[in-house]
Amino acid sequence: MSVRTPMPLVSGVAAPLVRANIDTDIIIPSREIRSTTKQGLKDGLFAGWRYTDIDARAANPDFVLNQPRYAEAKIILGGPNFGCGSSREHAVWALHEYGVRAVIAPSFNAIFYGNCIRNSLAPVTLSEEDIATIAAEVESADAPALEIDLVQSEIRTPSGARFGFTMPDEPREMLVNGFDAIDLTLTHDEAINAHRARDAAARPWVYAR
Amino acid sequence: MGQTLFDKIWAQHSVKELGDVTLLAIDRILLHERTGGVALRSLRDSGRSVRGVERVFGIMDHVVDTFPGRTDKTVMPTGADFIRTFREECARNGITLFDIGDPRQGIVHVVSPEQGIVQPGVTLIAPDSHTCTQGAIGAMAWGVGSSEAEHALATGVLRVAKPANMRIRVTGALGLGVTVKDLALHILAELSAGGGKGCAIEYCGEAIEALEIEARMTLCNMAAELSAFNAMIAPDDKTIAYLKGRPFAPQGALWDQAEAYWRTLKSDDDAIFDRDVTIDASSVAPMVTWGASPQQASPLNARVPAYEEVAQRESRESYQRGLDYMALESGAPLEGIKIDAAFIGSCTNSRISDLRAAAAVLKGRKVAAGVKAICVPGSSQVKLQAEAEGIDKVFAEAGFEWRESGCSMCFFAGGESFAPKARVVSSTNRNFENRQGPGTRTHLASPAVVAASAIAGALADPRKL
Repeated sequence: MSVRTPMPLVSGVAAPLVRANIDTDIIIPSREIRSTTKQGLKDGLFAGWRYTDIDARAANPDFVLNQPRYAEAKIILGGPNFGCGSSREHAVWALHEYGVRAVIAPSFNAIFYGNCIRNSLAPVTLSEEDIATIAAEVESADAPALEIDLVQSEIRTPSGARFGFTMPDEPREMLVNGFDAIDLTLTHDEAINAHRARDAAARPWVYAR
Repeated sequence: MGQTLFDKIWAQHSVKELGDVTLLAIDRILLHERTGGVALRSLRDSGRSVRGVERVFGIMDHVVDTFPGRTDKTVMPTGADFIRTFREECARNGITLFDIGDPRQGIVHVVSPEQGIVQPGVTLIAPDSHTCTQGAIGAMAWGVGSSEAEHALATGVLRVAKPANMRIRVTGALGLGVTVKDLALHILAELSAGGGKGCAIEYCGEAIEALEIEARMTLCNMAAELSAFNAMIAPDDKTIAYLKGRPFAPQGALWDQAEAYWRTLKSDDDAIFDRDVTIDASSVAPMVTWGASPQQASPLNARVPAYEEVAQRESRESYQRGLDYMALESGAPLEGIKIDAAFIGSCTNSRISDLRAAAAVLKGRKVAAGVKAICVPGSSQVKLQAEAEGIDKVFAEAGFEWRESGCSMCFFAGGESFAPKARVVSSTNRNFENRQGPGTRTHLASPAVVAASAIAGALADPRKL
């Protein structure tokens, strides 16, 4: 079961959290992963930063998502190597359940990036300079909102500034159309079976058990 | 133009090109109880089934308790749900499971090579970022999320964008008392935590050829910390000798055929790499981390660096955050920093060679008063082997807890953790904030350094004991 939906546009509050190497243990610590489902994770999101006392859920007023203007964040402005570390998809499920639909960062860890694409969360790559400019504008704007147009590959700020970004076709089509990757892949069944037969003849030991 | 080792394995598994991704055939899928149950249930809920169940293996490692006499129960009240759900789903699908109590159970990246499940030239995935460990055998092994695992289970393939080829050549020889873990941390400090992003890394050079297979696993393991796609070392005589006779390795005529193929698996002399890095092994010293990212590592005999010394690879803010989290000051000597706990375990450093190295330091010595010291063998097989050699007694007599196998307190998935803000010297791979417990301050190091530090009650160089 999945949270995928077609998503041509992400529009909403953007919270600046521009730090390098935000790892998935930070996004959701292991001890917050308590259930064998993809739900029940949003309270554990950024638990180590969000709470001064994790067990008591005492909010840390300095953390960006605890500031009223960013509490409804749909977009996170992040730093380089975002989502590094553990492959736990719970990091993406937690962000999604909280309401986040896009992360804008200079670079992403590949596993985290793939997890985003499979769960209708847009990982948008943009230069550090552009992110710094956007973060500065968001921080001083009356309403800290951005629009990310995944079809036009463009981010629009409250002042009307536009920042173009690039995203490869495959992830873009997955996000914009909300495609199920497994369904798409199964349309190539014939090629998969043919390859398997060929390979089993060439490398029989791989298939023997 | 020549091909890299990675290019060759990629071509062998390429089913179809689809624009900017390729459908790649997946030879081996390894699942564990933290996400395996979720992936298998999601598959079933979608009305799909496992394709080619003989390529799938289930292993209990992430959540399971490591206390002696363990059951399905864990410190985290819901831990047993993960274990039972996964067990049920494996049974329902006919997946081979190395369950609690099975002598083959252990950490997936220790068990798979040990059982001969990973082999040179195979594609292998697992919903675990340290799957790249298994590239030490010459396999294309990489970590994925649980949706991708589900995709591979349902289709037998993954949609993958081809990474760039990166070669890290390690010349010369590691000095006396310097281990491959030190080399891995040295490389992280040189290249940074994003230094391998978008790349398939091939480690080569005389220092790599000199490494035993288990040490190669430690090196490939830490490629996850470089944010690399994967890491590989071309198979050689050592690899082939290592695999011979393993339970899931080919046998008889198939072995001969496999071996002939494996010997072709190397980068051509004229292969082009997109990135090329050379590291001098003789410049590597015993290392330890001082911050909250694995790139924040320095020689143990140095001081916590001033910002100017690391300015090339990080911002002042992340440098300062690391120091604040670790409660350290710039310029403080690393050796002699008092510790509260010592941990030997994890997919990085828990194999028999690691335990032997630690035991050599511990023999006849005692863990310092007040230091909690734990050893978690990487697999049930490693544990049995260590016990046959009397290594368990060396650990126990020194004052270490001797545990059952699992991922354990590398990331406290089963709920067990170190005391709040405890300072831990650890043979693991990640010194992230809160990774080993609430506010826990982790110093990554080799098993020998962990052992020496446990004795000293402070970060210590085993060469000086």
